[in-house]
Amino acid sequence: MNYYESEDLKKFGNITEFQEKMGNKFFEYYGEVFKEGALTAREKALIALAVAHTVQCPYCIDAYTSDCLSKGADEEQMMEAVHVSAAIRGGSSLVHSVQMMNQVKKVTM
Amino acid sequence: MSIKQRTKSLQARSSELSSAFFQLKVLNGQEVVDEKFPSFSNRLQNLGYQTLKPSQIDIFQINIGKLCNQTCAHCHVDAGPDRKEENMSRENLELCLSILKNSNISTVDITGGAPEMNPNFRWFVEECTKLGKKVIDRCNLTIIVANPKYHDLPEFFAKHKVQVVSSLPYFSKTRTDKQRGDGVFEDSIKALKMLNAVGYGKEGTGLELNLVYNPSGAFLPGDQAGLQTEFKRQLKRKFDIDFNQLFCITNLPISRFLEYLLESNNYESYMEKLVEAFNPGTVDGLMCRNTISVGWDGYLYDCDFNQMLELKVTSKDSMHLRDFNENILNNRNIVLNQHCYGCTAGAGSSCGGEIS
Ligand code: SF4
Ligand code: SF4
Repeated sequence: MNYYESEDLKKFGNITEFQEKMGNKFFEYYGEVFKEGALTAREKALIALAVAHTVQCPYCIDAYTSDCLSKGADEEQMMEAVHVSAAIRGGSSLVHSVQMMNQVKKVTM
Repeated sequence: MSIKQRTKSLQARSSELSSAFFQLKVLNGQEVVDEKFPSFSNRLQNLGYQTLKPSQIDIFQINIGKLCNQTCAHCHVDAGPDRKEENMSRENLELCLSILKNSNISTVDITGGAPEMNPNFRWFVEECTKLGKKVIDRCNLTIIVANPKYHDLPEFFAKHKVQVVSSLPYFSKTRTDKQRGDGVFEDSIKALKMLNAVGYGKEGTGLELNLVYNPSGAFLPGDQAGLQTEFKRQLKRKFDIDFNQLFCITNLPISRFLEYLLESNNYESYMEKLVEAFNPGTVDGLMCRNTISVGWDGYLYDCDFNQMLELKVTSKDSMHLRDFNENILNNRNIVLNQHCYGCTAGAGSSCGGEIS
C-alpha cells in the first residue's frame, strides 16, 4: 500500500460514509464556492491550483490541473499561478526574518 | 506561412485504427483494452428510451469529402491532404439538391475535410441558397489563406450569407498548433481578420461567425458561456477579432482522437470521465434527433461520428441519397454505441455546442 493512491481521489465523495451530515454540507458549500460569481469559474480554478501547490495536495493538483484546462486556462497562466503560491511561500519566510533581525539587534551590542 | 502537418492520416499510415470495425472493438472492450464501460444503449433504456428516435430532420449535414489541408491530431474524420479519393461527386450533390428542393429541411450544414476543396463547393452553395436554405460551412480557417484561389472565400460566404463555423482550440499559438499543426494559429488569425473585414462577426451585418472550442487533450470542455467570454475578451484584446458565438464540442473517442487517447494512455480515464459525466438531460437534444448526415458516397448516417464508424442508418429502404425518404427516416431507430457518451457528458455536445 502506498500513501496517495490516485484512485483514491474518486472516493472523495465517500467521506459522507462516516459523517453524512457534515460531509453533505461540505460538498454543498464546495459546489457553491466554485460557481461562477464575482470571480469567474476559471479564476477560481487557478486560485485552487495555486493553493493546491501550497498545501501540496497531489489529489487537488491533479483535479485542478484538469479543471484549469477545461475552463480555458493555458500552461503559462497555470505556471504563473504556481509562482504566486511560491512567491507567497518564500515571502512569508523572508518577512519573518524581520523578527529575526529585530531580535538580533536587541540582543547584540 | 505554410502549415507543418503533425501527422498523416491513419489510413496513409495503414494504422489498424483506420478500420471502423477495429475502433468499435476497442470501444466495446474487445481490443487493446479490456475495460468494459456500461453500455450506452442500456443506460438510455434504464431512462425509459427503448430506442432513440428522431424528432424531425431539420439539418442536412453533408460530409462533402475527407480531403483537407490540415491533419489535426484529434480529427474524427481522419482527414488530410492524403485523402484525395473520398470527395462527393457532382452527381451526388445533384441528388442532395433534388432532395432539399422537395423538403422542409431548413439548414444545409457542409463539413469535411476542408469542404471548400471540393471543386463543386461554390456551385453547390449557390444552388442551396437559391432554394432558400440556410447554409453552414464548417471552415477550418487556414484554407482561406492556403492558396490564392481561396482568398476570396470571405466575400463569397458573405454574398450567400453562409454561416461560418470554425475551429479554434485556443486563443494562443502553442495549444492551437499542438492540435492542428505548426503555423495553423497564425493562418487562422489572418483568416479571421479577413472574415471580420467583410463584416463577419460584426454586429448588424447578419453575417454569423461562430467558433468551435474542442479541448486539445484528454479533458472535457468547461462551461460554454464562461469560455465564450474569455475567448471574446482575449481575441479582441490580442488581435482585435470579433465573432458571434463559441460552441464547446467534446472530442469523441474515435479515429485520430482515439489513437491519441490510446497512445497517451488516457483512454480509460477519458472514457471514465465521459461515463461519469453522463447527463440524462441531454438526450432529447442530441443532434442525431434532428440531423441526417450524408457521406461523400451518398450513404446516410445518424451523425458525422456514426458516419466515420461506418454505422449506416437502420432504415433499410432509405439508406442512400438515391432512395431518400423523409418519412421512413423520421421513423428510424438511431444507432447507438459507446462513443455516444461523448455527446451526453456534462452539458452535452453537438455540432452547435452545448445541449443543455
Ligand atoms: S479537424 Fe477539420 S481541419 Fe483538422 S484535419 Fe480534420 S477536417 Fe481537417
Ligand atoms: S454519436 Fe452522438 S449524435 Fe451520433 S448517434 Fe451517438 S448520441 Fe447521436
